[in-house]
Amino acid sequence: MIHNQDMIPQQPAPRSTIGPLAWMRANLFSGPINSVFTLLGLYVLYLLLVPTIQWAFINADWIGTSRDDCSGEGACWVFVNARFTQFIYGLYPREELWRGNIVFAGFAILIAWLAIPRLPYKRWVAIFALTAFPVIAYVLLHGGYFDLPRVPTHRWGGLMLTLILAVVGMVGALPIGIVLALGRRSNMPIVKSFCVVFIEFWRGVPLITVLFMASVMLPLFLPSELSVDRLIRALIGITLFQSAYMAEVIRGGLQAIPKGQEEAAAALGMTYWKRTALIVMPQTLKMMIPGIVNTFISLFKDTTLVMIIGLFDLLGIVQAALSDSRWLGFSLEGYVFAAFMFWIFCFSMSRYSQYLERKLHTGHKR
Amino acid sequence: MLNKKHWVLLASAGSLALTGMTTAQADTLEDTRSNGAVQCGVSDGLPGFSSPDDQGNWQGLDVDVCRAVAAAVLGDSEAVDYISLNAVERFTALQSGEVDVLSRNTTWTTTRDTTLGLNFTGVSFYDGIGFMINRDLGVGSAKELDGAAICVQSGTTTELNVADYFRANDMQFDPIVFDTSEQTVGGYQAGRCDVLTSDTSQLAALRIQLDNPKGSMILPEIISKEPLGPVVRQGDDTWFNIVKWSLFAMINAEEYGLNSANVDDMLSSEDPNIARILGQGDNYGEAMGLEADWAYNIIKQVGNYGESFDRNVGMDSPLEIERGVNALWTEGGIQYAPPIR
Repeated sequence: MIHNQDMIPQQPAPRSTIGPLAWMRANLFSGPINSVFTLLGLYVLYLLLVPTIQWAFINADWIGTSRDDCSGEGACWVFVNARFTQFIYGLYPREELWRGNIVFAGFAILIAWLAIPRLPYKRWVAIFALTAFPVIAYVLLHGGYFDLPRVPTHRWGGLMLTLILAVVGMVGALPIGIVLALGRRSNMPIVKSFCVVFIEFWRGVPLITVLFMASVMLPLFLPSELSVDRLIRALIGITLFQSAYMAEVIRGGLQAIPKGQEEAAAALGMTYWKRTALIVMPQTLKMMIPGIVNTFISLFKDTTLVMIIGLFDLLGIVQAALSDSRWLGFSLEGYVFAAFMFWIFCFSMSRYSQYLERKLHTGHKR
Repeated sequence: MLNKKHWVLLASAGSLALTGMTTAQADTLEDTRSNGAVQCGVSDGLPGFSSPDDQGNWQGLDVDVCRAVAAAVLGDSEAVDYISLNAVERFTALQSGEVDVLSRNTTWTTTRDTTLGLNFTGVSFYDGIGFMINRDLGVGSAKELDGAAICVQSGTTTELNVADYFRANDMQFDPIVFDTSEQTVGGYQAGRCDVLTSDTSQLAALRIQLDNPKGSMILPEIISKEPLGPVVRQGDDTWFNIVKWSLFAMINAEEYGLNSANVDDMLSSEDPNIARILGQGDNYGEAMGLEADWAYNIIKQVGNYGESFDRNVGMDSPLEIERGVNALWTEGGIQYAPPIR
């Protein structure tokens, strides 16, 4: 009997099952129909991508100051280049831009601090970001204090205004939404009916109507001494509108928490507020991250609607720039730039939410 | 006990009292002086009339009216707060006092002048529907357009006015209707029609967006009346006069050959008309609450009407709109200002 004592040495997997070729064979060319579709898809991709890349990069003009520097064969990024400061800060006075820069930098540092897990003192940074920072940002941007020249809000614009609208809307809508969601599930009839009416009212009207009411009707009812700044009016409108949506997202999460959780907490002698803050809310918010971020992203994009009340947000300032008679006809470049900026912010929000979901994952997903 | 009806009455009386108070206190000139800037409502972007330039400064023919008022009232044409307004909210913003001058390519019509509590102060631009044609057609007048295919935007008064014009002149045309102005330009560019029609101020902006702007020209005929001008609130006649005469001063300045370059030399001019405009001797601004150099400031800082026209929409601008009816009455147009005396 022949008996081989040695183990057969480990062999690499057969050529046909590893590497890109095998992957392509398994996923792209696994049969005649799939092969045809793959080739068709590649052809469509080729048709779309080649002209796009040629337009956006190869034939594009990048350097210059006026439309004469554009050859007209590809994209004219000179336009975006010349207007870049305006797209970011709106019509904010050029010599005061450092104020906007400080606020931008502070905002970025705070966001990074809160987002990077290794950094300490999260609680204090969060408290600072929610209380002191808005005041500092307002004083810096608006001026009128400490010898800073006053910059009225109608000169704010561009990406700066978009971020202000979105961040204030998000930070305002989340707590109001939580309170409204809890109120709607409350047993107290007045609280409950107030919350139901509030939510159903704001969910029932389009945001455009809200902004129009705030900018066209409200000034007619109020005497001119009481007139509220139009940016503030828009901010209040957006916050109340989004908080109604947020309330329903949170209520969905509240309903998904088993009743036993709250009953067990009550059995331990916890008060309503302790049960809510320590047991129910952490689970709800964690579970509703996709829904909450969804609302945030749609809020971020909805801020462009302030354009119709004459505020120059990122999209508004691009459109205003397109109406400069020296830059007529570069709408494609302008809109591509605006779309790209919006995509960067929305995509980062979406990625961060996915990271947060993984980090907070405790086996609740099914 | 008060029932619901009483409450409604009380509330409306209260709001009336509040509005009454504000109207009684309205002294726009005083408010503007204490504020240090003219609150001026402009368009949120219209080529040649109001748009921010690369540096973020507002520019345009409508903007120059704001600057003229600021120069007359405050002596500084830069002392303007520009509030961008869209077509819907422009009148509300003026009525509610958010702006004190509305200079936003607004057509002067009976309804607007009489029912909105507003006053038009003059005409800064005579707009109207015109025609753009391909130069190769060799047509020099709209009267030669019989049988032409005309690109027009649907749902606008343009469509009706063009039909009226062709019927009145006993001509035929073939309307090719598009939804948006971009599509209309696209149709013209693709050769779907021989003629593109729209407001003349728009035509110039559309022409630049063609692949070959030089290949097209705008015909001299304007077939409808769209007089655009600044608007103020009713009830403050001093302010109404200031805005009205700021524009008149610019037009008068052009008529008498005053411009931003020569106005300092002209201070010593012997011509009594020029001396009156520049406030040498009698002060014609006094009755409006202005200094004697109000018109001098306008001409020095903003320029005369012709300068403003050429710089923003005329031959020195990319739009290259002909003066046409906007030329002075002495040069074949209809821009005419009452004399300063």
